[in-house]
Amino acid sequence: MSKTFSIGGIHPKDNKISVKAAIENFPVMETAYISMSQHLGAPAEPVVAKGDKVKTGQLIAKANGFISANIHSSVSGTVSAIELMPDLAGNLVQHVVVKVEGDEWDEKIDRSPEIVREIKLSPSEIIAKIADCGIVGLGGAAFPTHIKLSPPPGKKAEFLVMNGAECEPYLTSDYRIMLENPEEILIGTRIMMTALGVKKAYVGIEDNKPKAIKAMKELCSKSYRDIKIVSLQKKYPQGGEKQLIDAILGRQVPSMGLPIDTGVVVQNVGTALAVYEAVQKNKPLFEGVVTVTGKCMTEQRNFRMRVGTTFESMLFAVGGFPKDAEKLVSGGPMMGKAVARIEAASVKSTSALLLLTEEETKRKPEGNCIRCAKCVDACPMGLEPFLLNRLSRAGRIDDLEANLVQDCIECGSCLYVCPANIPLLDTIRLSKASVLKIMRSRPKK
Amino acid sequence: MTTTIIFTIASLSLLGLVLALILYFTAQKFKVVEDPRIDDVETILPGANCGGCGFAGCRAFAEGCVKADSLDGLFCPVGGNDTMKKVAGYLGVTVADKAPQVAVVRCNGNCDSRPKSSNYDGYTSCAVMANLYSGDTDCRYGCLGQGDCEISCDFDAIKMNPRTGLPEVDEEKCTACGACVKACPKFIIELRNKGPKGKRIFVSCINKDKGGVAKKACAVACIGCTKCQKVCAYDAITISSNLAYIDYNKCKLCRKCVVECPTNAIWEVNFPVRVPKRETADVEQQ
Repeated sequence: MSKTFSIGGIHPKDNKISVKAAIENFPVMETAYISMSQHLGAPAEPVVAKGDKVKTGQLIAKANGFISANIHSSVSGTVSAIELMPDLAGNLVQHVVVKVEGDEWDEKIDRSPEIVREIKLSPSEIIAKIADCGIVGLGGAAFPTHIKLSPPPGKKAEFLVMNGAECEPYLTSDYRIMLENPEEILIGTRIMMTALGVKKAYVGIEDNKPKAIKAMKELCSKSYRDIKIVSLQKKYPQGGEKQLIDAILGRQVPSMGLPIDTGVVVQNVGTALAVYEAVQKNKPLFEGVVTVTGKCMTEQRNFRMRVGTTFESMLFAVGGFPKDAEKLVSGGPMMGKAVARIEAASVKSTSALLLLTEEETKRKPEGNCIRCAKCVDACPMGLEPFLLNRLSRAGRIDDLEANLVQDCIECGSCLYVCPANIPLLDTIRLSKASVLKIMRSRPKK
Repeated sequence: MTTTIIFTIASLSLLGLVLALILYFTAQKFKVVEDPRIDDVETILPGANCGGCGFAGCRAFAEGCVKADSLDGLFCPVGGNDTMKKVAGYLGVTVADKAPQVAVVRCNGNCDSRPKSSNYDGYTSCAVMANLYSGDTDCRYGCLGQGDCEISCDFDAIKMNPRTGLPEVDEEKCTACGACVKACPKFIIELRNKGPKGKRIFVSCINKDKGGVAKKACAVACIGCTKCQKVCAYDAITISSNLAYIDYNKCKLCRKCVVECPTNAIWEVNFPVRVPKRETADVEQQ
């Protein structure tokens, strides 16, 4: 019997129509727009100037502050501008624009296909290397990995949990890398285990990906016995780190706590691959697998794509904007962000470009809450969304805090199940932001 | 029978007396001494409880007025100068006249001048929309048109115009309480002096982008060309980050800037209809 998390969860149709599409290299674009704010935390500081020649994989921006990450050029060519440009939400972010000339890689990068299995570096060297290569969490939030791998003093990691759940409908990028690069992922996992000093790691994979589970299990039973593949029941949001820890280890992360409080560090399988490439092959994070999919499209594709590719060129590569597409989403349909600016470019954590039809996206008119408590059943954090919604609309910040709005993971399960189409997530997200702001402004005890 | 009735009346009277005494002494013991003037000041105030004065409600404001030594900095925007004079007269202090203010919407990008670049289909709330993205047009500063200001107004003074997609202020009803100013996530609404006979001039745009970008997003955006600043004889116009701002204390309502503005971003309100532009300019020069 497969495991799963204990509270709430929903079962959206998984729609993984791009599972069969093998990863193909996306043609290098003519101009790359590399955002300086691709990660959580402070934007990186550019270290190149207009007119500079850069190579693929060369450092172009340095981490600025504690929570920040290095950024490397994803193409080779000349820096034509460093300017403010809109990101996918239309907010201005500093971008380094590189005019592409050929594709010359930095000499340090090992481009041979052999798998390097032996880990030579010490834990501190590994973490320094990961920080150098600008690796961020590829599960969505893009939290700098080197910070996650250095637990705060007084806290010790016991286990490493790898997230291969890919619980979002439509997305198949993690599935494809687990199928095509399983050994690299396991070596990456081991590198992170070494860095953390843990003896045991778990990889959670949902059971709608039997091939990936089989491929990974075979390798583990042969030579990676300290890594255990756990088959999980298909349920959204299994990939949330708190849910994943509950599903695999049965541990509960306390309110406002971090996974490390339960002795666990969670990383995505995509991050493991990036860590492997960084540590063993000297390759910084400048490309990733992006699923381009949608019911309205004739073909579904999985691309290995350079950071800084515009959504426009992705659409162009799959034959233009389909007639009945209504909405573009970067990421999955549940937690992804709508693409408001098609000229915006992809970032490190971009995992998909999803095209939704009108039928899939159109909001139905809002009705009255009938207290059916479906949202309470669905909430994976055990909150009461209907109550939080009412409190948010009344602006009752104190009561919102008492009802733990700050624990909301914004998974959208409540909104998905609501029979009255009440915009629960919208109102809760807004009040969560104001509650967190107030909580952070309080003096620490 | 009679004894029962007498006994009942007597015992209940006694009980009543005892309880009354307890209540009396308790009331004496725990008496809250409150300035009786607070009640009187409260009756003078309009009783809208809008919070426009910065206090929690009319009673809190009355308390503030009574406790304060002078009425400087205390102002009831709903009652205006009349109410403040009455309060001052009652309290035996003086109060300076404050120019009446009105809420002004500093965005004039309607559907024609500011074309939509995406469709917003989410929850009808500017705050939610602003949290998600920069807006459904190319202008990152402009009105989102979901009507948070309309909902926030206690006086029915600000209404969304479905034709332009922008809010419109009814200056008769507007009390300048500032609720809409706080409700707008884009900080478009500003309280400005009403001006003589309601005449006022303001820049109806808050786009801080460079001229080209702003103009591309919206035909009536302020492009920061400094023409208005140059033409202004009273030093009332300042330009910072590609945006003109007219200081209503310095503006003498000559309207030269309105004529000069190449994008019609400067608005004049409550002026008589203009005779052809050239002549007016000449008259003013004489």
